[in-house]
Amino acid sequence: MMHIFRDLQKELGDFVYDAYTHHGDAVAIIDRKAIHEVCSYLRQQKNFDFLFDLTCVDYPDRTPRFEVVYQLHSFATGERLRLKVPVDERDPQVISVSDIWDIANWYEREVWDMFGVRFKGHPDLRRLLMYDEFKGHPLRKDYPITRRQPLVGPDKTNNSVISPTLEQSRQAMDEYVTEENGLKVKHMFLNVGPSHPAMHGVVRIVVELDGEKVVGSDLGIGYLHRSFEKHSESIYYNGVFPYTDRLNYVSPLINNVGYALAVEKLLGIETTERCKFIRMIMCEISRIADHLTCIGAMAMELGAMTAFLYFMEAREAMYQLIEEVTGARVTISYVRVGGVKSEFPDNFEKRVRLQLKSVEEQIDQVHRLLTRNRIFVDRVRDVAVISLDDAISYGFTGPMLRACGSDYDVRKQFSYCNYDQIDFEVPVGENGDVFDRYLVRMEEIEQSIRIIDQAFEKMPAGAIMVDFEGQEIPADKMADLGKFGQTSGLLNQVAVTDPTLLGSNAAFHSQVYTADKRVALPAKEKTYGSIEGLINHFMLIMEGYGIRPPGGEAYVPVEGANGELGFYVVSDGSDKAYRVRCRPPCFSFVAGFSKLIQGGQLADIVPAFGSINMIAGELDR
Amino acid sequence: MGLRGLFGGDNVVTTKLDDAIGWARKFSLFPYPFVTACCGMEYMSASSSHYDLDRLGAAFPRFSPRQADMLMCVGTVSQKIAPVLRRVYDQMCEPKYVVAFGVCTCTGGFYNDYSTVMGIDTILPVDVYIPGCPPRPETVIQGLMLLQDKIQKQKQEY
Ligand code: SF4
Repeated sequence: MMHIFRDLQKELGDFVYDAYTHHGDAVAIIDRKAIHEVCSYLRQQKNFDFLFDLTCVDYPDRTPRFEVVYQLHSFATGERLRLKVPVDERDPQVISVSDIWDIANWYEREVWDMFGVRFKGHPDLRRLLMYDEFKGHPLRKDYPITRRQPLVGPDKTNNSVISPTLEQSRQAMDEYVTEENGLKVKHMFLNVGPSHPAMHGVVRIVVELDGEKVVGSDLGIGYLHRSFEKHSESIYYNGVFPYTDRLNYVSPLINNVGYALAVEKLLGIETTERCKFIRMIMCEISRIADHLTCIGAMAMELGAMTAFLYFMEAREAMYQLIEEVTGARVTISYVRVGGVKSEFPDNFEKRVRLQLKSVEEQIDQVHRLLTRNRIFVDRVRDVAVISLDDAISYGFTGPMLRACGSDYDVRKQFSYCNYDQIDFEVPVGENGDVFDRYLVRMEEIEQSIRIIDQAFEKMPAGAIMVDFEGQEIPADKMADLGKFGQTSGLLNQVAVTDPTLLGSNAAFHSQVYTADKRVALPAKEKTYGSIEGLINHFMLIMEGYGIRPPGGEAYVPVEGANGELGFYVVSDGSDKAYRVRCRPPCFSFVAGFSKLIQGGQLADIVPAFGSINMIAGELDR
Repeated sequence: MGLRGLFGGDNVVTTKLDDAIGWARKFSLFPYPFVTACCGMEYMSASSSHYDLDRLGAAFPRFSPRQADMLMCVGTVSQKIAPVLRRVYDQMCEPKYVVAFGVCTCTGGFYNDYSTVMGIDTILPVDVYIPGCPPRPETVIQGLMLLQDKIQKQKQEY
């Protein structure tokens, strides 16, 4: 990394205030006047072709108040660089980099919306997540979290959410008549969504049509904005997990793991070997569920109901596995900072293998139903094509990028949870069309099955079950005893708990949790059964105590089912995160969606939208 | 056995018109799934093969509000989408029923913030609340049965 700092200092030294490494990440602080120069220098000379995140942090007590953060990645060298630009409150303005990376356009709109930092030279600086009537910038620290600005009410009839835009339908149609071969051509405007069967979830597209051809489009998002980032700032570290569940609710375990890894990086701790494998296995199960949902839903929208029903059946099997381990089907909150909630239940491995076999059968069936089915293939081949360069400029990752021919996979590039010990392949497409995305996802399911297979073999064994003869005390009984103060003699006993309901057996606890006392919640039995456990629990849970990572920030990427899912966590040393930023993978797909459908048919929007696997929860956060 | 067995040999059924209409209505619910968020996952599970809402006559989704008579509001409703939800409701024809699916739609759930509507009953009338975050498919089925019960017992407009 040093060489980049050196070159940067040499080229643009006057504008680089500082350059250092922090938690292993390269960071440079840049003068806001020069951010455009620095970015284009890095893009052109240093091959940083991928802007994977752009966000902002608000420090009301500091001058300058804002800090805009650019995160760059180079596919050529695999290096990453974080640029920070301090911006003053009185003139909150930075030069836009949207001409360097396409994705910057939407990132900047989001920063403007959430923080009120303007971007000079931005082509279209509108609000992105909130609506035009909204006053203020919600992620600023001085915006109270419960200040609502409703749009529905007796005196509120018209609003920007429903009324047309795409520049107010290109200034009300009439003026929008062009001449082609002596014929007058009038474009048509069509509003798709936000509540539309093909927009699974909530996205609004205003398309401009010439006949059936899409000549322009504009996407509106933010219909499911639930202020994840604001909530994360107002709750202790472990309390954020339920919110992460609801980001990508199709594969919530991966979100859990991503956030946990980011906080663990801040704390400088590692979890146990077994726990890493548990996380890996659960991530892969989620990935399978996610891909099944995505492909199933896409097929359904193209009329292939059978494939959908088969895949829902297979997903149900995955949900049952997840439920056995975590106690919930969708919103699982299974991971904790430093570990996971509980050990696998007995005989879990056997059941997983059984269920995966049924998934393999379903995949086989669907391959036979779809992959060479003329009707399906005609609808998806050469549809919504994007070139590799464009995909990178739009910040695509995951199956979407791999369908274009890149083999970038976070699991390979920045291995976490022991993925480097596993032998698996990264399927790569070549055309970048819907069909390739479908094939990549299908293949990835099979690779995930392979990963799970190996992970079970490589996993260090769990604690050995001891015979509890005559000593079994269910946790609820133990809790009751604790309430009556009859805890003497309980310390050395192992209570039997339902691992999915009340936490792991104490005997297993050390297998799935780091030993670090700063973060490791005691086993539930300990909490209920011993004063040390109770105090330990108290110190980690109560407001004002809790987990306290040292000040600083960390970014950790994981391979979500959609692509690179990253968490950027800033700590100020207290028990709550100062800022949590989630880099949602499907944000970039939706930002690039106009590009995907440009020039295609109106009907192609359906498979195209199905193939990007938009998940509103993580898109709007 | 069929209907004849049920009604006896006379081929005549006496009932009140209200009951007959209620009986017909409760088994032909066409839902408009207003799916926004995580609850949609369980809506998918509930309506596809494994749990099969079709048994209750309420599986076939109509994506046009004009053809639907049950608005299934599935998932968090944000301030931004609230006008859309309201408009969909206004476009539906009577008789119409609203099901609040998931605790977000019932009360706002655990999102108490600037962007979330604190329960859809602040913007439209709700018939059945199905709590849960997300509700399990079994809960959904129970919720629907409650709605059917309500439809059967209500005074019918025609
Ligand atoms: S109730 Fe829970 S699962 Fe349902 S939409 Fe709200 S947060 Fe998601």
